[in-house]
Amino acid sequence: MQSIWQSGVLDPQGPIGAAQRLILLDATAIMLAIIIPVILLVLGFAWWFRAGNTRAQYLPTFQYSGPIELVVWSIPALVIMFLGGMAWISSHDLDPPRPIPSKVPSIEIQVVALDWKWLFIYPAEGVASVNQLVVPVGTPLSFRITSATVMNSFFVPQLGSQIYAMAGMVNRLELLADNPGTFQGLSAQYSGAGFSDMRFEVKALPAADFQAWVASTKAGGGTLDPVAYGRLARPSMAVKPQAFGNVTPRLFEAAIQQAVK
Amino acid sequence: MLGKLTWDAIPFNQPIPMAASLMVVVVILAVLGYTFAKGWWPYLWREWITSVDHKRLGIMYAVLALVMLLRGFTDAIMMRSQQAVAAGGHQGYLPPEHYDQIFSAHGTIMIFFVAMPFVIGLMNFVLPLQLGVRDVAFPVLNSISFWLTCSGALLVNMSLMIGSFARTGWLVYPPLSELAFSPDVGVDYYLWSLQISGVGTLMTGINFVTTILKLRAPGMGYMRMPVFCWTALASNLLIVAAFPVLTATLAMLILDRYLGFHFFTNDGGGSAMMFINLIWIWGHPEVYILVLPAFGVYSEVIATFARKPLFGYRSMVAATLGICLLSFMVWLHHFFTMGAGADVNAFFGVMTMVIAVPTGVKVFNWLFTLYGGRVHFASPVLWSLGFICTFVIGGMTGVLLAIPPADFVLHNSLFLVAHFHNVIIGGVLFGAFAGYMYWFPKAFGFQLNERLGKASFWCWLIGFYLAFFPLYALGLMGATRRMQHYDNVQWQPLMLVAMLGALVILTGILLIILQLLVSIRQRAKLVDRTGDPWQGRTLEWSTASPPPAWNFALLPQVQGTDAYWTMKQAGRATARPATPPAYEPLEVPRNTPVGVILAFFSVIAGFALIWHIWWLAIIGLIGLAVTALSHAWSVDREMVIPADEVAAFERARVSGGGS
Amino acid sequence: MSLADSLTNPADEPVGVPYSERGPASIETVASFGFWLFLLSDVVMFSALFAAYAVLQDHVAGGPDGLKLFNRGYVLAETMCLLVSSFTCGLMALAIERRATAAFYLWGIVTFVLGAAFIGLEISEFLRMIREGAAPERSAFLSAFFTLVGCHGLHVSLGLAWLATMMAQVGTLGFRPQIVRRLLCFTLFWHALDIVWIGVFTIVYLGARW
Repeated sequence: MQSIWQSGVLDPQGPIGAAQRLILLDATAIMLAIIIPVILLVLGFAWWFRAGNTRAQYLPTFQYSGPIELVVWSIPALVIMFLGGMAWISSHDLDPPRPIPSKVPSIEIQVVALDWKWLFIYPAEGVASVNQLVVPVGTPLSFRITSATVMNSFFVPQLGSQIYAMAGMVNRLELLADNPGTFQGLSAQYSGAGFSDMRFEVKALPAADFQAWVASTKAGGGTLDPVAYGRLARPSMAVKPQAFGNVTPRLFEAAIQQAVK
Repeated sequence: MLGKLTWDAIPFNQPIPMAASLMVVVVILAVLGYTFAKGWWPYLWREWITSVDHKRLGIMYAVLALVMLLRGFTDAIMMRSQQAVAAGGHQGYLPPEHYDQIFSAHGTIMIFFVAMPFVIGLMNFVLPLQLGVRDVAFPVLNSISFWLTCSGALLVNMSLMIGSFARTGWLVYPPLSELAFSPDVGVDYYLWSLQISGVGTLMTGINFVTTILKLRAPGMGYMRMPVFCWTALASNLLIVAAFPVLTATLAMLILDRYLGFHFFTNDGGGSAMMFINLIWIWGHPEVYILVLPAFGVYSEVIATFARKPLFGYRSMVAATLGICLLSFMVWLHHFFTMGAGADVNAFFGVMTMVIAVPTGVKVFNWLFTLYGGRVHFASPVLWSLGFICTFVIGGMTGVLLAIPPADFVLHNSLFLVAHFHNVIIGGVLFGAFAGYMYWFPKAFGFQLNERLGKASFWCWLIGFYLAFFPLYALGLMGATRRMQHYDNVQWQPLMLVAMLGALVILTGILLIILQLLVSIRQRAKLVDRTGDPWQGRTLEWSTASPPPAWNFALLPQVQGTDAYWTMKQAGRATARPATPPAYEPLEVPRNTPVGVILAFFSVIAGFALIWHIWWLAIIGLIGLAVTALSHAWSVDREMVIPADEVAAFERARVSGGGS
Repeated sequence: MSLADSLTNPADEPVGVPYSERGPASIETVASFGFWLFLLSDVVMFSALFAAYAVLQDHVAGGPDGLKLFNRGYVLAETMCLLVSSFTCGLMALAIERRATAAFYLWGIVTFVLGAAFIGLEISEFLRMIREGAAPERSAFLSAFFTLVGCHGLHVSLGLAWLATMMAQVGTLGFRPQIVRRLLCFTLFWHALDIVWIGVFTIVYLGARW
């Protein structure tokens, strides 16, 4: 039985997601160390200094204390400086377009958000698929992401960062899957009636199996040319995965141009 | 002839909106019929609808907020119940065309027509009383502001019955909100409703800033103002600085949709990213507009019920102004995932965290106000303690989301939804309820039933945790927001817990309504004779409950912070002067219908613009112009309260109610 | 006791008491302070439109840009009309202070005529551009241009309507305090529009030459 936490952000399957989980856990721990005592103190003070407690000292003129002022400004400031440093460093380390160091050459995957499905084009391999993303394990994945219509957000929680898909422009995102497996992918920016079905399966395969998938997809036929793309771009919901063995070169660039016409 | 309006606009073939619309119409007709039959209309018109008295307007704002809370919360129950059942292939009972309107309406109504009116209503009622003056700077403008807000609320609710609402989320991001992807009137209802009420809100901001800075009792220098007045000042400065950006941005979208402009369209060189920047440049200050007055309420309540002055007054003021300034420098944290790059993201992430510093200082100041106090656990105090515990958790998740890479995996997830409800409910709403229960006796002359107030608090507290902590978990599991259905059936139990939480909150809301009804029934028993039921520290508690139209017969001479407490300590509060003071006749502004009439024509114009009924829109605009012009020529705007009446009121108070 | 005194309190000017502690300010102070805040809020709104213009300046969608479209002569004439009208507005304000009705009407009418000339020139410019195919629906740049400059023009037009109303009000009600306060607010408004125009002139028309 799959754990309820599998398929989520706390079960990363790649280095980006793993780094992000670490940040979440560390930052939460640091802040809990502040807010748990604060909550206990508030409840404690309120209870101890309740009107009925004659043992508590009543200090009706206690309204200022230099040392306390110093401490109450310093503690938040120090914590924030630390977390701010963490934010600065990690924003740069985990900047979406930052290449992931690897001995394996990266593979480029072009992503087009349509109403209401995802199109994945593999320009080097010359294949494409809809609502299914097959990737090789241990290989840096260089995503180039755009939208043919409204804003969407390309997101595979177990691999890491999401990034917006916007018409007329390309966002770059670098991810990597460490292990074979099947992960969920979705759009994280509401885009209309078919939004809830804008999901796709991500299959990470060992390199050899990935090559086999490419080969069988090519053999399976289906051409994604501008005409087929035009048909695909028409609004549709809950689209079943399909693959194309043949893709017109520079279809991605053409799609970007078309989105802003 | 009627533009785009046809009989198809009425949802005859959709049972849920049809039933809801019929219910609303029946309730409105029943209320109108009842009040008419009882002969209350002349009184209501004379004393409330045309009132320019800040106390009456404050009460009406709060009534609007509570009524709209019922509508907004109904949307919430529908969303929770849909998500509770629509798991693993089941489609639930709300199709996307419907569900998508509901979540858009829920956010729009809760922010613009519940939270804003509630907070503005409290500030309206309290500020002149705490400042020791007779009214706000511009009483007629105050009335216009209120009625324009009502116009906006009315238009949004009309979309339920005639046409549809936006299906875009509460911030109508383009290109989805452009004509190409949202061709029907839903987005137009949103745009015109908010433009109209936005004018009202901006005028309120100008009104309150002027009042706080220019109208205070003699002796009340800046550092002798109650902290609530400082937070109100900061909030209203933000209104003046931020709402014009909303006006401009919505106007640009209106131009895109009505005249084919290309500000945010995909074609013609438009930039949807620019909309997102502009709307959040307004949007982030907006949430501080809401929460700062709530912080002010907590400062008043905790100090009063701990029988101690607020700890660290100066640093509270500094923290408040710091938050005010910083709130303009963080807006990009709402879209780290749009791809601005590491330097930009990191800058805004760090600035967002910096805001946590003055907020943390405030929490510590409240903590040390409790320290050494004699704390009485009246319901306003429960709301305040519940706030501190809940809000710091919401603040923590906020700082977490402020780390851009963390946001990359949590943006737009249910974790985000849990975070902002955490701070809005725990911060703004708890503060609004604390203020409501704290100042109710001042407004109406009798107290609220304490037991029901406390029961309502516990329901809200427990209900909040039940409803939203599952959402934190779901967000971490990869659940995104605005899902009409989802595949992973393992999420369903958590959705059911959230539904249960919503029902507990519903109980809390019903208890607040019950509390009001019971207290009205018991008002003779709960009467507040002294005007100071809580042993207050600030000037509003020196007036009668409710205060007379003129608030103070003689403006108080203020000699320190906690002005009323200082007076009581010096024995000046109830001292009978050797000779009775010489009361003079007081001029107060006359009531005027200009506010409600302008609002009426705004609704006409707005509705007509939404449905492209151009001739009717012109009529509406002409109506607005004629009303404004006729008001410009009205010269008899004040009426005189004779000195005898003032003297008689003060004498009756001293002999009948003195403590 | 007037409304002014019941809501506000013209200070007794006690020596040594800070302004902030002298009690409620006079109604003149309150009214003009509130109007200043309104003007600041209006400037914020224009800032948002300026920001949109700056972002969309180069988004011409293959259509004409500012360099090609703008006519220096017209812009100069419009600027002169507005600047001189601000001067005559100042003369009008001096007349109000003296309660000199005839001078008030004279300078009021001159201000009105100059403002109307500005609007006339601007409208004819807009119509010319539209005839040449540079309509606001053509591109994001043109949308931003027409909106920014048009919004300023709309403010000027509303100002003209306000001025006409004020002249009628002086005619029917005379220079009572309420009317004088409104006239003061009008002059603030008119000068503020002039300042905004300087921004428009610089960023839009001169900016196109960079």
